[in-house]
Amino acid sequence: MSLPLIRALVDRLVAGLIVLCVSVAAIPVLVLLLFVLINGLPGMLTPGFFTDPPYPQGVPGGGVLNAIIGTLEIVGIGSLLAVPVGALIGIFLSEYGRNPIGNTVRFISDVFTGLPSIAFGIFGYTVVVLTTHHFSALSASIALAVLMLPVILRATETALVLVPNSLREAGLALGAPRWRVTLEIVVPAALGGIVTGALLAMARAAGETAPLLFTAFGNDIVQTNPLQPMGALSLTIFRNALVPYPNLQQQAWAAALLLVALVAATNILARIYVRRSQR
Amino acid sequence: MSMGTAERVAPPPLVGTSRQRRLISGDRIFRAIAYGAAALILLIAGVFIIALFIPALPAITKFGLGFFISRTWDPVRSQFGALPAIYGTLVTSAIALVIAFPIGLGAALFLAEDARLRFLRGPLSFAIELLAGIPSVVIGLWAFFTLTPLMRDNVDPFLNHTLGFLPFFQGSASGYGFLTAGVVLAIMVLPIMVALSRDVIQAVPRSLREASLALGATNAETIWSVILPYARVGITGAVLLSLGRALGETIAVTMVIGNRPQITTSLFASGYTLPSVIANEFTEAVGDVYLGSLFYLGVVLVLITIAVNVIARLLVWRFSGSEPTGA
Repeated sequence: MSLPLIRALVDRLVAGLIVLCVSVAAIPVLVLLLFVLINGLPGMLTPGFFTDPPYPQGVPGGGVLNAIIGTLEIVGIGSLLAVPVGALIGIFLSEYGRNPIGNTVRFISDVFTGLPSIAFGIFGYTVVVLTTHHFSALSASIALAVLMLPVILRATETALVLVPNSLREAGLALGAPRWRVTLEIVVPAALGGIVTGALLAMARAAGETAPLLFTAFGNDIVQTNPLQPMGALSLTIFRNALVPYPNLQQQAWAAALLLVALVAATNILARIYVRRSQR
Repeated sequence: MSMGTAERVAPPPLVGTSRQRRLISGDRIFRAIAYGAAALILLIAGVFIIALFIPALPAITKFGLGFFISRTWDPVRSQFGALPAIYGTLVTSAIALVIAFPIGLGAALFLAEDARLRFLRGPLSFAIELLAGIPSVVIGLWAFFTLTPLMRDNVDPFLNHTLGFLPFFQGSASGYGFLTAGVVLAIMVLPIMVALSRDVIQAVPRSLREASLALGATNAETIWSVILPYARVGITGAVLLSLGRALGETIAVTMVIGNRPQITTSLFASGYTLPSVIANEFTEAVGDVYLGSLFYLGVVLVLITIAVNVIARLLVWRFSGSEPTGA
């Protein structure tokens, strides 16, 4: 049985095009990572990169200590706000949410997922910066917390729904009340999924720039008080890229490498955690 | 018979009325906390909407709906209109989809369908997922230093040379402009396009595929006349969700679009998008009307993205019969 030549040719052509498409789709990530690595390493190996605050423009040297502390603190506080609330909403959706209220919550969470990240910055600006009259790390944390919320609550719901009902029934049959069944049987069984969701949300938040522009604002001084303006790695990259000083541009690349490493480490941690808890 | 919430480590074997009451009240409290958390997100959503409008009020009262059709963006004379930014947002997103749609669909077909080169599926999926995780400011940095010179020296002159009879590819190329921003956006929406289309294509029943192949159709013919028609609605949803992401992308676009409020047919020219105006001019904006106009642009942006996303979700839901778990 042989196909007419033209049909065979078209089939081959389409197969080739599909392979071409997937190669083109995979190329940018390789190129990007390579560029960030090559351009970022020299800056990262400069003495003082991890330990010094930035020096004034035009003065050689300096580091990004302010931004490292800022990113960790802003995302840390944001996670402290978002993870408990997000997990609770996820519990609500899975255990009590088979009703119009649950569907409304799911709909709102989906709408939040689709919103541009800059909108969360405007939220933080109005709610915190306008009421306290100055920029602060806390306003950035609140903006990022709302941005993280949908990721965490959806991951929690998905993980809880996957817990077999027989486990819940076994707990209830032993006489345990529903809240204890939920907190002591269902949640521990689903912990892997919840932690993974939280880690993925943190990785996303750490990479965000737009929400920080009107909230944390940036600060060249090492600042640990969450009520003051604060730097962040993403802000360092954005601002330093656009100034005509080679040493600051090199710092931007190094900060990019550090940020990518941080985000990748968080992602890998999430994957490892999933694997370990599935065993 | 207290209604206390005291927790017991080891419940006694006998079940009495007092114990039952206590259990019920513990459940009630837990239920109340869970409902409270759900109420909190409704509250946040309400505050969110109000918070978007409040800082925009000075501009909303001054310009009203005329803001949407005014093409002036002149901070010096304090005259502001959204049209150049809306135009730039639509043009760059359209370029992004024109590039990302065919490539993304092809890649999704490979990952969901292709039986050959199966060993490549895992690494390629991983690479594309990795791309989704790279922060947009890093993509912007890369584009700023390597993509813009490439566009200026190679791509733009080539397009001008071959397709220069079209008004889109005329004029001088600086490397910063609509086309470069569109390419950057294409890279950024590709992972979403691939992941969602792959899921939709995998949801096409196996029996349909096998029936088509059994009738003697080639792989290509099966894709064209069985899989794509069946998956059409879901793929449309994937495109719209990608569009939603492209419309709101801020930092990477701000770094390569050239930041000039103008409406031109040439894609080589500098422009502006809704979020990039806000990001670029926030620090220099003085006065209620100027700042308010920036936030008014934010309101416009959010309304457009919500509309696009809601339509996309409805399409994806209708196709898969159940809701998708995350984008």
